[in-house]
Amino acid sequence: MSSRPELLDLATRIASSAAEGEQVEVCVARRSSTAVRAYDGAVESFTSADTFGIGVRVVSDHRVGFASAGTLDEGVVAEVLADARDNARFAEPDEHAGVAEPDGVAPVPVDLWRPALPAYGAADKIERAIALERAVRAADPRIAGVRVAAWGDSFGESAVATSTGIAQWSRATGCHLSVQALARDGAETQTGVGSTVGREPDELDFDEAVADAVDRATRLLGATKISTRRIALILEPRMAASVIGIVAGTLCGEPVTKGRSPFADREGDAIAAPVLTLVDDPTDHRSLGAESHDGEGLATRRNVLLDAGRLQGFLLDSTTGRRLGRASTGSAVRSARSMPGAGVQALALEPGDGSWDDLLARYDGALVVQAMTGLHSGVNPVSGDFSVGVEGMLVGGGEALQPVREVTVASTLQRLLLDVVAVGADLEWLPSGDGFPTVVVGEVSLSGN
Amino acid sequence: MLDEGVIKRTLSAALRTGGDFAEVFAEDKRATSARLDDGRVEELSSGRDRGVGIRVVSGETTGYAHTADMSEDGLRTAAEAAAAAARGGGGGERIVDLTRVTAPRPNPVAILPETIEKAVKVALLQRANDAARAESAAIKQVSARIGDSRRRILVANSEGLLAEDDQVRTLLSVQTVAAGDTGMQTGYETVGFTIGWELFDRVDVEEHARKVARQALTKLDARPAPSGTMPVVIGPGGGGVMFHEACGHGLEADLVGKGASVFKGRVGELVASPLVTIVDDGTMPEEWGCFAIDDEGTPAQRNVLIQDGVLTDYMWDHLRARKEGRARSGNGRRQSYQHLPMVRMSNTYLLAGQHDADEIVADTDHGVYVKHLGGGQVNTATGDFVFGMTEAYLIEGGKLTEPIREGNLIGNGPEVLTKIDAVASDFAMGNPGMCGKDGQGVPVGDGVPTLRVTELTIGGTAA
Repeated sequence: MSSRPELLDLATRIASSAAEGEQVEVCVARRSSTAVRAYDGAVESFTSADTFGIGVRVVSDHRVGFASAGTLDEGVVAEVLADARDNARFAEPDEHAGVAEPDGVAPVPVDLWRPALPAYGAADKIERAIALERAVRAADPRIAGVRVAAWGDSFGESAVATSTGIAQWSRATGCHLSVQALARDGAETQTGVGSTVGREPDELDFDEAVADAVDRATRLLGATKISTRRIALILEPRMAASVIGIVAGTLCGEPVTKGRSPFADREGDAIAAPVLTLVDDPTDHRSLGAESHDGEGLATRRNVLLDAGRLQGFLLDSTTGRRLGRASTGSAVRSARSMPGAGVQALALEPGDGSWDDLLARYDGALVVQAMTGLHSGVNPVSGDFSVGVEGMLVGGGEALQPVREVTVASTLQRLLLDVVAVGADLEWLPSGDGFPTVVVGEVSLSGN
Repeated sequence: MLDEGVIKRTLSAALRTGGDFAEVFAEDKRATSARLDDGRVEELSSGRDRGVGIRVVSGETTGYAHTADMSEDGLRTAAEAAAAAARGGGGGERIVDLTRVTAPRPNPVAILPETIEKAVKVALLQRANDAARAESAAIKQVSARIGDSRRRILVANSEGLLAEDDQVRTLLSVQTVAAGDTGMQTGYETVGFTIGWELFDRVDVEEHARKVARQALTKLDARPAPSGTMPVVIGPGGGGVMFHEACGHGLEADLVGKGASVFKGRVGELVASPLVTIVDDGTMPEEWGCFAIDDEGTPAQRNVLIQDGVLTDYMWDHLRARKEGRARSGNGRRQSYQHLPMVRMSNTYLLAGQHDADEIVADTDHGVYVKHLGGGQVNTATGDFVFGMTEAYLIEGGKLTEPIREGNLIGNGPEVLTKIDAVASDFAMGNPGMCGKDGQGVPVGDGVPTLRVTELTIGGTAA
């Protein structure tokens, strides 16, 4: 890479045009991507694109304006800056508003760029997608079809610069394979998804994506509704990440500083079972969410949210940090097209000591949860009410055998955290960037027949 | 938006590798948003997106490339990339003649939102905030947002079609948080139409804000939702999302074609109670999912999907209709020029019936009355769906008694359709919706009269 990236120059140039008493933050990004979908042994679609984005935040007299566009054409860039300035004139002053200031925290270098990805050819991508479909169809006689088998990749760069002296550039590569299998038995159809994500093609686990889609679809064949009862839930790592991810969302700056988090005034309290130690750590290289800098250009850091069940702190960007009289935790997330806001980057739950088989043996009658539906509509992150549809298998005699569908489980986020009774040893780094082991919730109410 | 000569030359370039079909989709979208939170208008933002997506179809393969570079060079580069991905047998020079298709706008737009002073938007949000907070001291937080957008599109294809549309949308959404001894509860409601600033001539901002405040306040006193299987009465307008999820997605021809729908092969069969007639209608004036042309240039249509319980047809886009040798239904939509079109709903609703709404409740001994459903999700292959109840009441002895807390409803689409035993005459459209499929969001509408499902599973709330 040449001495100084062009995008960083562009961002710095616009940021430095800040007038007296004005702060300007500029984020620019450029990305090349391809997506291949295979169906019936052939390419169903092949999409290629170069996309661009610019977002400008102007803070003037503590008033915030934002504007963005999907092109870096000079005329449009000037228009975006003018729009952001004009928008700022009409917002109401907020003493805490402002862009980030350099805080002297040294970044942990994370290299997200793999030259093998941009060099990977179109024919290879097509071959991967078609092979994925073929492998899923061949894996089990009950697989009746594949709804979609897809390859996706992108590589790009982004820069953040501010009139307060931040100038940060990074680039990254990534690719994924994903598949949805249809399993059939008589008139019954079930579906299962599998996916794998990496920074370059060699990091993808093709076989695992195939096995996950096939197992998840076929093991649900014959699933029935069961009777209403109190039941323990065994959350596979993916499911544990979904549920605890919602909790982590309530520990972010916006809800915490605006009275929309059930945990806003619980810092220092034991809000969760002692088996739960939860961190958000983008400096951990094992996570696909790893980043050296956050969306405001500050160095990322390891933030402890729960330490043995006790609430240690929140995830903050610079604005919500000032609102609490604290520093940013380097947790701003954004795209070039959106304002930065505090969010989760690389959530990880510390593993416990039970193997999968131990947990099944220990929790006879529990439900292994393979999929949850309605997580967006059925969970209220303000009140904490939690009610979702689940699919999975009932545990009997140390095995997860009897498939279950069309039932819901209810609890609250507050109760769920306290009701966790065990955490597995099987830490898994997920495509989402989260690292989670299996989590067992002691008791929820299940609604069925 | 684009010169006709440029479009023709781009289509020719797109067909050079022997594709059977080529299409140019151009889009220019401006959106603005003003957001109040925590007592102040925190942020105004604006966004601009323009670009072109070029599609080439050869046999079963689609090549697609999109670019923000709308110059002739930019278009040619994208056309070549799309063509390279979808090579056919032939090739060579082909000339395309274009004929402009004009489709009627579903409704006029009186006042373009871009002509409104930002200060006016700010004042309106402050009025919403004041009204919601004045409703009760228990209202601890209010956020409100005005969003408007203008999206101009142009579609041209190698079949000679050239069509344009100019889509304007304006909405107001309010969210409230009420706090009491039982913790915090929320209220949320959006009102919006495919019209301009005249929205605020007919929406009373204060009344809307007070209504959302009362939603949160009501839930402070709410009991945990019961769990188990029971009759559920859905209120007018508030439950259309149920039919969007329970059967709409399963009637999308792309999912049907791949065997991922429980409704595959069932056209002509009785799939629902004879009381049920379901329509998808992109022409419905002002409703959130309406448009003059879909994102493939097909004029919007009113399509009957289920007539008196009998499945009459699926919804179609260009690709699937072409494959089956049948007419398109105006359901080919995409989120933006960066996306391939696919089969999507527009405004989906269940027609009014003959029953009296009050009698339906009076005739229900024990059950749940759902005034508002939140978002939902369906697995089209199994028909299993869930959706959240954002405002619901117990029915005891034929009367609405206490409010209940949020929970999920769960059911199976094909089963629920057969278990509808009463449909009232009080049809109403619901609030603006955003439907997600394969990572693309498009605006949709839905509607429903009061109706009763004899049996649905209520997910309940923890006590």
